[in-house]
Amino acid sequence: MSDKPTMPRQTMIEFRDVHKYYGDYHALRGINGTIRAGEFFSLLGPSGCGKTTLLRTIAGFEGIDKGAVLIDAKDMAKVPANNRPTNMVFQSYAIFPHMSVGENVGFGLRRDPRSKADKAKAVEEALEMVGLKGYGARAAHALSGGQRQRVALARALILKPKVLLLDEPLSALDKKMREHMQVELIKLQRQVGITFVLVTHDQEEALVMSDRIAVMFEGEIAQLADPETLYRRPNSKKVADFIGTMNFIPAVVISETGGQIEVDAKGLGRAILEMDQCPAGQGDAPMVGLRPETLTLMYPGQTTTERTVDGVIDEVIYFGDMTYYDVYLGGTDVEVRLSMRNTPGRPILDVGTKVDVAWSPSALVLFR
Amino acid sequence: MKSPGLRAYAIGYLIFLYAPIVLLPIFAFNDSRIIAFPLSSFTTNWFADMWADRQLWQALRNSMIISSSTAVIATVLGVFGARASTRYSFPGKGGLVGLIMLPLVLPEMIVAMSLLVVLLAISVPLSIFTVILGHVLITTPFAVAILSSAFQSLDKSLEEAAYDLGEGPVSTFRLIILPLVAPGIISSLLICFTISLDEFIIAYFLAGADTVLSSYIYGQFRFPAKVPAMMALGTILVLVSVTLLSIAEFFRRRGIAKTGGKDTGGFL
Repeated sequence: MSDKPTMPRQTMIEFRDVHKYYGDYHALRGINGTIRAGEFFSLLGPSGCGKTTLLRTIAGFEGIDKGAVLIDAKDMAKVPANNRPTNMVFQSYAIFPHMSVGENVGFGLRRDPRSKADKAKAVEEALEMVGLKGYGARAAHALSGGQRQRVALARALILKPKVLLLDEPLSALDKKMREHMQVELIKLQRQVGITFVLVTHDQEEALVMSDRIAVMFEGEIAQLADPETLYRRPNSKKVADFIGTMNFIPAVVISETGGQIEVDAKGLGRAILEMDQCPAGQGDAPMVGLRPETLTLMYPGQTTTERTVDGVIDEVIYFGDMTYYDVYLGGTDVEVRLSMRNTPGRPILDVGTKVDVAWSPSALVLFR
Repeated sequence: MKSPGLRAYAIGYLIFLYAPIVLLPIFAFNDSRIIAFPLSSFTTNWFADMWADRQLWQALRNSMIISSSTAVIATVLGVFGARASTRYSFPGKGGLVGLIMLPLVLPEMIVAMSLLVVLLAISVPLSIFTVILGHVLITTPFAVAILSSAFQSLDKSLEEAAYDLGEGPVSTFRLIILPLVAPGIISSLLICFTISLDEFIIAYFLAGADTVLSSYIYGQFRFPAKVPAMMALGTILVLVSVTLLSIAEFFRRRGIAKTGGKDTGGFL
């Protein structure tokens, strides 16, 4: 998040060419990257991409076949899960059903030499931190989903780990509760200052919560960047497609000179792009990508300094706060989706209406 | 139960099933050596007879040793077997589990005969020890089956959570796994005990000079004078069985209530 205080950030976790096999299946294919101390880091990807496996190699539940995982500059190869400076919030929460809330939260203090009273105080503080003050004596199995998750959080945080690992912790909650917990988790992370590593398949959740995100496909990190870079400058068509909505328009590269590339995008025309809009080629047919909100539908009488292209509305999708329009561009078969905020006095247009669409070359990303 | 025919059938079925058991206490308190109606006067002499029967006490002692040893050994083996079959995968697992479960469908006669042949061939003297061996063989599949379902319903991440919070494998087993599978362990102990106590063929074949309860009772029925005392013994066994089952059910229900699980039916 951009409003976080900037502080010198050392490396907390480092992956060095991490490989993992399940029999013949190559689950992790050379993971490299670092997670900084105190950041909210997300591993994002579709199911089966290896994100949970990678998280479990940090926790020590999965061994690795090649490479190294370092936590706080220490190689974890020979450190078992119960001695690592990490704690985990499990997807199922893994609340011990035969114990009370307090016993669950205090479980990790069993080997703590502190007195009974001090431990009880620590449990009460941990419960207060997650908003469950006074719940200590309750039976753990009688809690709601959101409460169980808070207990799991308190139980993991009471040991003051260097890293808190969260394995899809919000996936079992309903939408309202999920959005509420997202904000609570961000606040909690700022409060405790511990490095959080979150696994999620929900790109929106990752964008909302993370300082940085590693997008994973098929056992590899496709891109590791902050949310804004991931969204505005995805480094491949795959990442662009996975995060948010992206219009892909066939294009031809006209010339490549100095720091600029000139392309001719079907329906849009020619445009000059800076190098940061052109990630390294993947060997695909060239295409430019445009986010729906970078396109603007021009109402009669409106003017713009941006470039415009004429189009015909093919589909109107009303979302309440927003309306999505699918528009054919410049008399071609290229269809783009654009989103317009439904502000007062702005009518919803009908299918078949001829419109002008404003766009800007700086919003384009070239994939090739 | 709409049809009166079905209702009559159900009632008849239950009478056929339970009436003989009701007869046990009736004749145990009936002052006549002949097991027939009409009843004579009330007596508790048969219980006194039974109480004074030294051989019976010896048979009971043997049976208790056999059944409790069998229950404990089979349940311990069952814990290992169930844990291995539900948590780990290894080559040949299917075949191995199949072999463990095979005695469930193998005629006891065959088990008893083959064990007898082997034991005689390697000249192991027949005793209650050899009966325990045979009983462990036939009760282990029950233990594995009961405990597998207990282990199956255990969320793997509970163990990982305990690990994650600093516990080792032994303390994790003691603090998390054992309490959560405890109802299964109690069920397994109880069922193995009951099967072993009831078992006749293996006990008869492998006990040698030692007598166990089942073969002793069977033997006593040859002497009409001894039959009422056996009725008294039967009455006590029924009471003990019902008590044990009730205790087991109590623990099972308490376990479910404690962990907030859903009751999916038990013994009672």
